[in-house]
Amino acid sequence: MTAAEVVFALLGVVAVGSAVLVVTTRQLVHAALWLVVAFGALAGCYLVLTAEFVAWTQVLIYVGAVVVLLLFGIMLTRAPIGRVPRSGADDPLDSGNRWAALAVALATAAVLVTVLVMGFKDAYIDLEAGGGGAEPLGGSLFRTWVLPFEVLSVLLLAALVGAIVLSRTDIGARDEEDDGEGDG
Amino acid sequence: MHAAYPVVVAALLFSVGVYGVLARRNAILVLMSVELMLNAVNLNLVAFDVLWRDRLHGGQVMTLFTIVIAAAEIGLGLAIVLLVFRNRRMIEVDRLRTLTEQTAPAGEETPQEPRRPAAAAAREGDTA
Repeated sequence: MTAAEVVFALLGVVAVGSAVLVVTTRQLVHAALWLVVAFGALAGCYLVLTAEFVAWTQVLIYVGAVVVLLLFGIMLTRAPIGRVPRSGADDPLDSGNRWAALAVALATAAVLVTVLVMGFKDAYIDLEAGGGGAEPLGGSLFRTWVLPFEVLSVLLLAALVGAIVLSRTDIGARDEEDDGEGDG
Repeated sequence: MHAAYPVVVAALLFSVGVYGVLARRNAILVLMSVELMLNAVNLNLVAFDVLWRDRLHGGQVMTLFTIVIAAAEIGLGLAIVLLVFRNRRMIEVDRLRTLTEQTAPAGEETPQEPRRPAAAAAREGDTA
């Protein structure tokens, strides 16, 4: 076991452990904060895999933006802050099919881990610094992948406009009389 | 580094996300679990990019695209969740059963009337 493998294994344990806490904790805000830990550990995994630019993008977008957005969502939906008592069918966090979900997740994990370990047991990643910096990545992004990049910017704009339209309150559903008059 | 490490971590993260999507009832927690699954995919993309030494960096560029799409998805998803909360006063995904078939057994009564909150009622005030 090389040093990189040890570091990666530790980061992976942190990531999976905090992910488990995200999906099992009884406090909504703690779930978002454990998500920060999971994303940070994953950024560390990317760093070990020599993907520096992706790692910092992960920190910026996931830890910086997505988690803040989720916290905003938690606050705006007036979620129960603090420990939520487990109360059977009225439990606001966990649904009743927890055991079925656990069975499905364990089956998924068993199938995926078995297949992937069998498939890649002879593959070795040759870690070599410099492959994932901003310069090579930016070069290939703006030479080879420039068309998907531009399409993605249109998608992001559409998502932005859609989110604004969805969350505005002054443009709701049209009234009955307006529908009756018909639109040309 | 043995390729099994990132692959196994990604598989475990994905299964944790599957559990979260299936077991959680709060819509925001479901969105968090979806993010976990997307991150597992990202880890796979980066690992295989480094494994195959892609000269065009397809895997890492794809990871960046996935991160952007996840950000767009979470923005739209939260907007929809807030809209549901505004109309229904709750975001528990297994109670939003207005679209279920009406041939369900009469034993389980479903709340059919949309309880209209104050803001929407004030906005559409005179239509009622």
